[in-house]
Amino acid sequence: MREPSWVKVTRAVVLTALALFTLIPIYVMLTSGLKPLRDVQGPFRWIPSHLTVEPFVDMWHTVPLGRYFVNSVIVSSSAMACSVVVAIFAAYAVSRYRFLGRRVFSITVLSTQMFPGILFLLPLFLIYVNINKYTGLQLYATRTGLVVTYLTFSLPFSIWMLVGYFDSIPRGLDESAQVDGAGPLRTLIQVILPTALPGVVAVAVYAFMTAWGEVLFASVMTNDSTRTLAVGLQSYSTYEDVYWNQVMAASLVVSVPVVAGFLALQRHFVAGLTAGAVK
Amino acid sequence: MTTVTTPAAGPGTAAGGKSASTKKRRRRRVKGNRATPYLMLLLAIILELLVHIIPMITGVWMSLRGLTQFYIRNWSAAPFVGLGNFRVTLDFNSPIGGNLAHSLGVTAGYSALTVGFCWLFGITAGVLLQRPFRGRGLLRTVFLAPYALPAYAAVITWSFMLQRDTGAVNHVLVDELHLFHSRPFWLIGGNSFVSLVVVSVWRTWPFALLVLTAGLQTIPGELYEAAAMDGAGFMRQLRSITLPMLRPVNQVLLLVLFLWSFNDFNTPYVLFGSAAPHAADLISIHIYQSSFVTWNFGLGSAMSVLLLLFLLVVTAVYLYATSRRRNDA
Repeated sequence: MREPSWVKVTRAVVLTALALFTLIPIYVMLTSGLKPLRDVQGPFRWIPSHLTVEPFVDMWHTVPLGRYFVNSVIVSSSAMACSVVVAIFAAYAVSRYRFLGRRVFSITVLSTQMFPGILFLLPLFLIYVNINKYTGLQLYATRTGLVVTYLTFSLPFSIWMLVGYFDSIPRGLDESAQVDGAGPLRTLIQVILPTALPGVVAVAVYAFMTAWGEVLFASVMTNDSTRTLAVGLQSYSTYEDVYWNQVMAASLVVSVPVVAGFLALQRHFVAGLTAGAVK
Repeated sequence: MTTVTTPAAGPGTAAGGKSASTKKRRRRRVKGNRATPYLMLLLAIILELLVHIIPMITGVWMSLRGLTQFYIRNWSAAPFVGLGNFRVTLDFNSPIGGNLAHSLGVTAGYSALTVGFCWLFGITAGVLLQRPFRGRGLLRTVFLAPYALPAYAAVITWSFMLQRDTGAVNHVLVDELHLFHSRPFWLIGGNSFVSLVVVSVWRTWPFALLVLTAGLQTIPGELYEAAAMDGAGFMRQLRSITLPMLRPVNQVLLLVLFLWSFNDFNTPYVLFGSAAPHAADLISIHIYQSSFVTWNFGLGSAMSVLLLLFLLVVTAVYLYATSRRRNDA
């Protein structure tokens, strides 16, 4: 199939424009972290006047970035681990069993995704405060509270995507495992999960990204000691002079884990969407 | 993500119904326990109840109460005010109602522009990346990068670029292209709306590309070959094969993009802080402001409930209209 030349030219022009649009902010982030302070306080320049790694050293002292980082790592990985486990079981039940309330469950879970976050924020805040008052269980302003909240945020999409994945695995596989005497749990873990691994990985990445990037609840549900990067990164700008080179250095460092993870696994993501969403 | 139940549920339930009786017998023999699926769902149900369902009901309850800062620790004592909060919110001549109406208008405009551009960029790049050429994989990775970046890191970079005196945007527009005589402000005043849309499109269009790429991969290549043999050119193939085949994907994608942008909190919050400029006062920020600055949770909840109702109606109408059009076709 030959393409006419106008298609090739249009493609080159349009894709270049989109690539520039996409890359300029990333370029600014990458280079500004390597600039000395006077470069970011004066007029913008594309090339740093000289390269320095000082921002990458100083950023840890200007704000307690290390603590925010640790908090984010703990919260996001716990939320990811729990979310994946919960979603696997729920998705397996929805995919393999016909039970009363199956449709209600699927529809309710999916529709919670469309609700505005702000609608849950105030009540959840009150509920956590009151759970503490009546049971002593501290959820407000703790990492546990954030983990519970975030893991639920990623559940609907994770369940939905995994149901699609599980549905595409032939039931014969389950049945032959059961003929060999495996119960539902062993069937799921030893037979289904290995086959659905790309989907599970994609869901895990999604859950981690959701928790790592969430801003609204992080800004209300944390205090000084539990603050995550989402809020912590903004504390650079409370100073009279914003050290933009440090802000850019910090932005780069907090982006690396998720961007690397996502781009490395993007194939599985597209495959997962194809299996789950785009049927 | 959301409500894909309509397109997705159809084939699934049909297949389920056909073999239901044989399956039931088999299941009872092999798996035995009826409680198994419910046990597997237990954790998911508890979490959904705790974080989504109960808060939603509580939200409706709160919207009927005069829940001000005096009652935070003792919320059950807050006086019942009936629809009072709603009356205040919906009185568009009062400052509170007027600002809410303004905020809704801003959000609708923001949402329409974001969805439109995201879809346009996504479909353009998706179609242009459909056929293999050198560098295609690299480009795809580049395009997806903004979606992978955490919201706050990406938006904070933009807020650096949009600084009036030291930002890259004014450097390009004023110093290099000489489009303006004096340096415009991008983070305050009327321009802040433009900034908000640009940043949001930059962050969101890769998601459209991701979904459309997945959709494009499900279109069988033979369709294009047959069309090419019949002499259909690039535009004709786009119009007669690609776009119609993507219809179910588009139906869901547009809805998701709409709901995301309408509920967007991250972009304005990181770009402007909790006090957004009037021209960029998105509804989520507006409700956040109204609730946490004045600590009037009752009023904030009433606004949230109204927002939810509005989104439900729009979604229902949208799904009804698009599904019927699809069935007619």
